[in-house]
Amino acid sequence: MSSARPDRHYLLRQRDVPDIHQLEVYRAHGGYEALKQALEANQPDQLVELAKASGLRGRGGAGFPTGMKWSFLPKDGRARVLVINADEGEPGTFKDRELIEGNPHQLIEGMIITCFAIRAPESYVYVRGEFLHGYERLTAAIREAEAAGILGAEVMGHPFAHRMFVYRGAGAYICGEETALLESLEGKRGNPRSKPPFPAVAGLYGRPTVVNNVETIMNLPPLVLKGADWYRQWGTEKSPGLKVMSVSGHVNRPGNYEVPLDWTLAELIEAAGGVRTGHQVKAVIPGGSSMPCMPASQLDTPIDYESLVEAGSMLGSGGCIVMDDSTCIVRAVARVVRFYRNESCGKCTPCREGTYWLTDIMDRLERGDGEMRDLDMLLDVSDNINGKAFCPLGDAAVGFLVSAIKHFRGEFQEHITGQRCPLGARQYDTAIH
Amino acid sequence: MSNQQWPAEWRAWAEEVQATFPNATSSLMPFLHRVRSQQGWLTPEALDAAAELLGMTRQHVDSVVSFYTLFRTEPTGARTIHVCRGLSCMMAGADTLMENLEHHLGIAEGQTTSDGAVTLLEAECLAACDLAPACQVNLVYRGPVAPDAFRELLEMPVEEPPALARRAEQSGAQGAKGVADRE
Ligand SMILES: Cc1cc2nc3c(=O)[nH]c(=O)nc-3n(C[C@H](O)[C@H](O)[C@H](O)COP(=O)(O)O)c2cc1C
Ligand code: SF4
Ligand code: FES
Repeated sequence: MSSARPDRHYLLRQRDVPDIHQLEVYRAHGGYEALKQALEANQPDQLVELAKASGLRGRGGAGFPTGMKWSFLPKDGRARVLVINADEGEPGTFKDRELIEGNPHQLIEGMIITCFAIRAPESYVYVRGEFLHGYERLTAAIREAEAAGILGAEVMGHPFAHRMFVYRGAGAYICGEETALLESLEGKRGNPRSKPPFPAVAGLYGRPTVVNNVETIMNLPPLVLKGADWYRQWGTEKSPGLKVMSVSGHVNRPGNYEVPLDWTLAELIEAAGGVRTGHQVKAVIPGGSSMPCMPASQLDTPIDYESLVEAGSMLGSGGCIVMDDSTCIVRAVARVVRFYRNESCGKCTPCREGTYWLTDIMDRLERGDGEMRDLDMLLDVSDNINGKAFCPLGDAAVGFLVSAIKHFRGEFQEHITGQRCPLGARQYDTAIH
Repeated sequence: MSNQQWPAEWRAWAEEVQATFPNATSSLMPFLHRVRSQQGWLTPEALDAAAELLGMTRQHVDSVVSFYTLFRTEPTGARTIHVCRGLSCMMAGADTLMENLEHHLGIAEGQTTSDGAVTLLEAECLAACDLAPACQVNLVYRGPVAPDAFRELLEMPVEEPPALARRAEQSGAQGAKGVADRE
């Protein structure tokens, strides 16, 4: 039995409280109470323990336990840094944008609580370059917090001093990868760094650094106020709590849905208004385009991290893309593979060359010029990228492709034997050459 | 060369970003963003100014600029339209929307109209798939934009960077050069 949907929003609070992006409104609805309580009633280490006890896991993609990540920081007295990843570029994901535009103070509050917990005097938010509105909202909220004595030499009268910076990216998906993000934040090209050293040991400007996603950290204020048991009323033992799922594609009400982590894909799609009348679900990518797709027969899978892995996919960032029976899977794969080719940073050969070849072959298949051996070639090239690339973007590039060939091989073959798309999908052709 | 040759505004911005980001190398991208939003793109002078005012080599500035899609170094229209070509937007008709814009404007994706008014670019997932097909006009979101409703993107009021507006008035010549540069 899945848990019931909560009676209100804990992250997407702007849905319940209009204008909550303003400090005054946020405070009138309990804002910064959690910070006050954290500073007055807790030792930093107790907050790390709270994060661990809640079972909160990173919402940026990898699902790493948040409290554990914080406790990896070396205890060598160097100044620590918190960096918030608001680079949201994973296709199909749009939760962090809505969160920072609509509820920026909760992010700020969560960040200060986290920084108190890990003893970081400085924090940074790396905001995707395209998020102009989100950047402005967040910057305005920080200015409000500074003026109100929530940030600065003292935090709400407590001697804990804190400075917060907002930094804009400039259009590069790879900068969502945490080490590429740190390079970019240092004013360089966004090429991933080799690990080790991990950011916890040598991150931003060589300092011990924690990188966390926007949504992850926005869970802190309600957690501090209500406790780990409250959080665990939703989800499963290993994947507790609420998750903002971005649902898009062929559903009647695309949007962000804050749901318990033990809901099934079918329940989530239902919440998003179901698929268009007269159509059936064909495939779903549950966690952004870097994740394998699942056929309609797997819609009863719960969305917790473990169940999705067992079903052959991953929760990733929670970008759930729903494709109905009108979708040409070959065309969808061609589009996604091209994305990774465009966004490959070019640092390592398997990814740079491999995504180029995959795009080439997929274009050929989409045009109806493919041959049977192209299918083996696709899998072969994928094999040469998977696990062999310098950073996880390589693996991400082939997840959807390989799963699509597994579940919809017949449709790939029809494109070859019929020399056209059986669904009549048309390939985009630029008007002016 | 003395820093005095650069516009007072740029010199002030350089000081401001260096003060904001205590670690000097981090001042480059914020500076470029400010100049970009003023002129719509990064002129060679702007790149020289960044290097000189922030104490970096021009090669370093170029290597950073070339990595990021929002840092354009070609003349760019006063109205820059990004059409998202991501999967969810593609499923909602983004390709047809792009084709309609191309036909109407008489340019291909990546080009600028000969009067320098409009630059048409494709974007990867803009993190607004709930608005599919989603677009941005000078980084302001618009969506869903039905393929036949493409005129919205040309009519929607935008804040025009003053320098851009001036340039668009001055000459179609520079805009046309932008197209030529691409080919
Ligand atoms: C190619 C790539 C893109 C990524 N993009 C993002 C992103 O946009 N936002 C994000 O929070 N994490 C992203 N990640 C994951 C980050 O590297 C990192 O794991 C995450 O920010 C950690 O935060 P969390 O533990 O709170 O999830 C990306 C990873 C890869 C490999
Ligand atoms: S896998 Fe791709 S994105 Fe990652 S380092 Fe290699 S080339 Fe760059
Ligand atoms: S696919 Fe267009 S905004 Fe995500």
